[in-house]
Amino acid sequence: MSTITLEDIIKPENLVYKKTELLTDNVMSYCPGCGHGTAHRITMEVIEEFDLEEKTIGIAPVGCSVLAYEFMNIDMIQAAHGRAPAVATGIKRVYPNKIVFSYQGDGDLAAIGTAETIHACNRGERIVIIFINNGIYGMTGGQMAPTTLPGMISSTSPYGRVVESMGNPLKITELVAQLPGTYFVTRQAVHTPAAVRRTKRAIKKAFENQLTNKPGLSFVEIVSNCNSGWKMTPVDSNIWMEENMFPYYPLGDIKVDGELVKQK
Amino acid sequence: MAKIVGAIVVDEQKCKGCGICVPACPFAVIELSEEVNGKGYHFAYMHYPEGCTGCMNCAIVCPDGVITVYRTKV
Ligand SMILES: Cc1ncc(C[n+]2csc(CCOP(=O)(O)OP(=O)(O)O)c2C)c(N)n1
Ligand code: SF4
Repeated sequence: MSTITLEDIIKPENLVYKKTELLTDNVMSYCPGCGHGTAHRITMEVIEEFDLEEKTIGIAPVGCSVLAYEFMNIDMIQAAHGRAPAVATGIKRVYPNKIVFSYQGDGDLAAIGTAETIHACNRGERIVIIFINNGIYGMTGGQMAPTTLPGMISSTSPYGRVVESMGNPLKITELVAQLPGTYFVTRQAVHTPAAVRRTKRAIKKAFENQLTNKPGLSFVEIVSNCNSGWKMTPVDSNIWMEENMFPYYPLGDIKVDGELVKQK
Repeated sequence: MAKIVGAIVVDEQKCKGCGICVPACPFAVIELSEEVNGKGYHFAYMHYPEGCTGCMNCAIVCPDGVITVYRTKV
């Protein structure tokens, strides 16, 4: 066998993976290692694989992903803080043939937007919600969110969240799964290649449900890191997430095809 | 016997040097460079290119989508 050089391998015919065209070439405004970028990419890959770029309207939230429309190369609207599910509802009802999704952080979806989230889920709007749970308000400087873990340090709980005075973390995903309007509810992650592959399948299923007009809302939580807010390196934040976030927010499907999945 | 070989191309200027790809590579191909890019980040590069099989793990987990993957049989 003759020796093979990089030039022999790096040729157009050998290309197996490149960033989807449905992400713009803008450098994403996320911190190095933040899961938002990965979540954006796989969402856009799903839209590309279903050939839905002309048909899809995304709703960006307030939070670090407020600029999602700069990165997702499709039609998008940016909603007021927490109101993305209400905006998505309006668009889907006016344009029932469009594919509509919101992309929201935990401060947006589970704090200021709790009412919109719960009612859109309960009404069974035929939309997709992609929910990035990093347990903190990333954009504004790492304040405690409803999702912050007990004992977790944030800029507004510098000695750790004390449940007695600051309340319990809100498992909003389990909560919306109880509502009759949700059709598919799952919790995933994007910190390892295997997790990314699983999450992409979940996002695919969510969009497929909307495409085939399934009765109800598809809700995909992605437990993610906020290494800046958590004050860790990206790699350490992913380890911390596995050790601390996953026990409280276990990964897996919670509701599939309108039926709650039996928890082991 | 046919062997699968791969290679990655990192967009060095867009890489933020987060290092998530480093442990994601099953063959320890990737490391962060000593040098920095225009933004001051230690970008990822193939430290051990012979190990690459083009499995795409690094590209799949890259938050900034800066890794392109090539694979072929020899
Ligand atoms: C009405 C209103 N209230 C408060 C804010 C301030 N604010 C901006 S982003 C944010 C929290 C975002 O956190 P999260 O949704 O978890 O997203 P992340 O930044 O972590 O991705 C807050 C409270 C605002 N922009 N508008
Ligand atoms: S502050 Fe946190 S959520 Fe926001 S981009 Fe940085 S790591 Fe991501």
